[in-house]
Amino acid sequence: MAFQDIIWAIAMAGMGLVALVFVHVVANAGKAADAATLTRTQKLIAGLRKGLFALLLLIFVGASYATLHRFPIPRQDTTLQASQVVDVLGRQWSWQMSRQGQAAGSSLRLDAGSPVEFRVTSADVNHGFAIYAPDGRIVIQTQAMPDYTNKILYTFTQPGTYKVMCLEYCGLGHAPMVTSFEVAQAPGG
Amino acid sequence: MAALTMYPESERLSAGERAAFNLYMISAVILFVLMMLLGVIMRMAQGTWLEVPPDLFYQFLSMHGAGMVGTMGMVTTAVMWFFLRKYVNLHLWAFVANYVLFLLGALCIIGAIFLGRYAGLWTFLYPLPTHSMGMWPNASGAWFMIGYLLIGVGMLLFYLDAAAGLIRKYGNLGRSLGVQWLFGGTIDPEHPKAVVASTMVIIANSLGILAGAVVLVMYLVGIAYPEFKLDPLVAKNLTYWFGHMYINATIYMGVIAVYELLARYSGRPYAISRPFLWSWAASTIFVIIVFPHHLLMDYAQPRWVSITGQIISYSAGFPVFLVTVWGALANIHRSGMRWTMPSRLLILSMFGWAAGILPAILDGTISINRVMHNTQWVPGHFHFYLLLGVLPMALALMYHVMGSYRNQAPNSGADRLGLPLYLLGGLVFTLAFLAAGHLSVARRMSSHLPEWVFTDQMGAAGAILVLLAMIYFAARISIGLLRGPVSGHAAHAAA
Repeated sequence: MAFQDIIWAIAMAGMGLVALVFVHVVANAGKAADAATLTRTQKLIAGLRKGLFALLLLIFVGASYATLHRFPIPRQDTTLQASQVVDVLGRQWSWQMSRQGQAAGSSLRLDAGSPVEFRVTSADVNHGFAIYAPDGRIVIQTQAMPDYTNKILYTFTQPGTYKVMCLEYCGLGHAPMVTSFEVAQAPGG
Repeated sequence: MAALTMYPESERLSAGERAAFNLYMISAVILFVLMMLLGVIMRMAQGTWLEVPPDLFYQFLSMHGAGMVGTMGMVTTAVMWFFLRKYVNLHLWAFVANYVLFLLGALCIIGAIFLGRYAGLWTFLYPLPTHSMGMWPNASGAWFMIGYLLIGVGMLLFYLDAAAGLIRKYGNLGRSLGVQWLFGGTIDPEHPKAVVASTMVIIANSLGILAGAVVLVMYLVGIAYPEFKLDPLVAKNLTYWFGHMYINATIYMGVIAVYELLARYSGRPYAISRPFLWSWAASTIFVIIVFPHHLLMDYAQPRWVSITGQIISYSAGFPVFLVTVWGALANIHRSGMRWTMPSRLLILSMFGWAAGILPAILDGTISINRVMHNTQWVPGHFHFYLLLGVLPMALALMYHVMGSYRNQAPNSGADRLGLPLYLLGGLVFTLAFLAAGHLSVARRMSSHLPEWVFTDQMGAAGAILVLLAMIYFAARISIGLLRGPVSGHAAHAAA
């Protein structure tokens, strides 16, 4: 199951729950409660709100810790000590990718199983450097921005043909600004 | 209690006010139809049902984005004006000047796009507007930005007038926001929620518009003197600071309609409370500092800035769920609610906001943003809360005012058909975006991979339903507002 499928499931469950609450309240809104029922219901609603507050607080703390205690973006101010380093330059409307140590002009090949550092920048406007796995899903991305270099650290687990697409609108040739590279089976894998 | 009077005298529109209100609202519904038409064309083009050349597609996209955001700003400004004028002295000239400047700005933008071929999108990300590779001249970028500046000046003028009115009445903006009651004291039960919300919007959106003005003026200087360069990251921060606050201000201006009207239809008072004041005080801070969640994929940003973006995105959900949406649902629960068009639209708006911010909050998580940023997940969530949240808030007020002219809330058979059509279309349209986002379909592309097309076609079908419903609403509202009040009704007798 791709990471995106989990996010989709969480979103649909949450939105579905919100919809159910609305359907319930709307279905009952037309019936007026008598004074005694109203008092009882209002106490219940106040209690439920406290419960919802506690639940949201728990989710807030839990999700923040789970997603931030290992910061998902590598340090940008040091070398990342990756065994494979790829320089990426975006320009209207093509990608230039070169692996350090690999002959210029040869097509890019990377190895699965060991980290790759992508050093991403742009020669002109903002571009979005997104790597699509062979199954068509994004595995990682960053912005390619003039005057700045954004570093990605990523370890490929699956061999195959990966596609790079531009995800930041950059003018007329934005959609066809695509390239690809090969990831080989990990040596000894 | 005055708040439960359906059509209070204090909301009566004089002849001049009615003309201004009609200009805003009728212009808005017509613009919404036109912008939706562009949206339908783009979704159909992505779905291979229409052929649109890429240059025209991106011009449409620029027009759709700027047009929708601007029109949302205009229509919700009218919502804020309609209610705030009951509590503080607002000058009609400021409200009209905002409209005139909006129209002038819109003309500049339309000219820049359709005469000047500008296609740098509503976000005008530096340095694209002046680096088009021959797609459009720099002068078109300049006209687009001048249009934005005119619209911003108009809105600032309106905010300054509103701020002056609030300060005259309450002493300062802190007191109109209700901060004096945050930690204790007896809250004035008559302190209007509209005043609290308006204060927040004035503070936050004035800052946002000023940030936008700074980057726009620097752009214009750069066009005049090409040797002058901006830092792309600083420019991007300023752009999103402006853009985020501008579009969020539309929600906070629109929700005033819910606070003011819902209790009248439920028949149950909707009192101000300390949690309410806390939620608006907190939201004022949140909306000002949350914008870095738009730049989570700019790894060059300082780490603490990105963390702030994520944490504040999460925090922003608390006031929405626990106060506004919960308060609205508690208010109508077992209330003997009168279901008419305004009340249906008000509740729809609460659903659209509550459900729509869930995928938005998820996207504010850095590790999720790494796979969702700039996919169709993003238009999925913002269309959800704008189409099913903010726009129904404004439509609810329009229907309510139409009802005030007849002393009876509109509830025709066609209305009762139009709303489910709008809801169904809206759900199909937005869920198609979200489904596409989770499949990694990129946003803002004139052509799509063959495997993406089925979500585009689903979205296009939903968009067509929304457009049909909106055409009906636009016609119904325009006719209803232009007919004006039936003579003899006290609340809206002609002045």
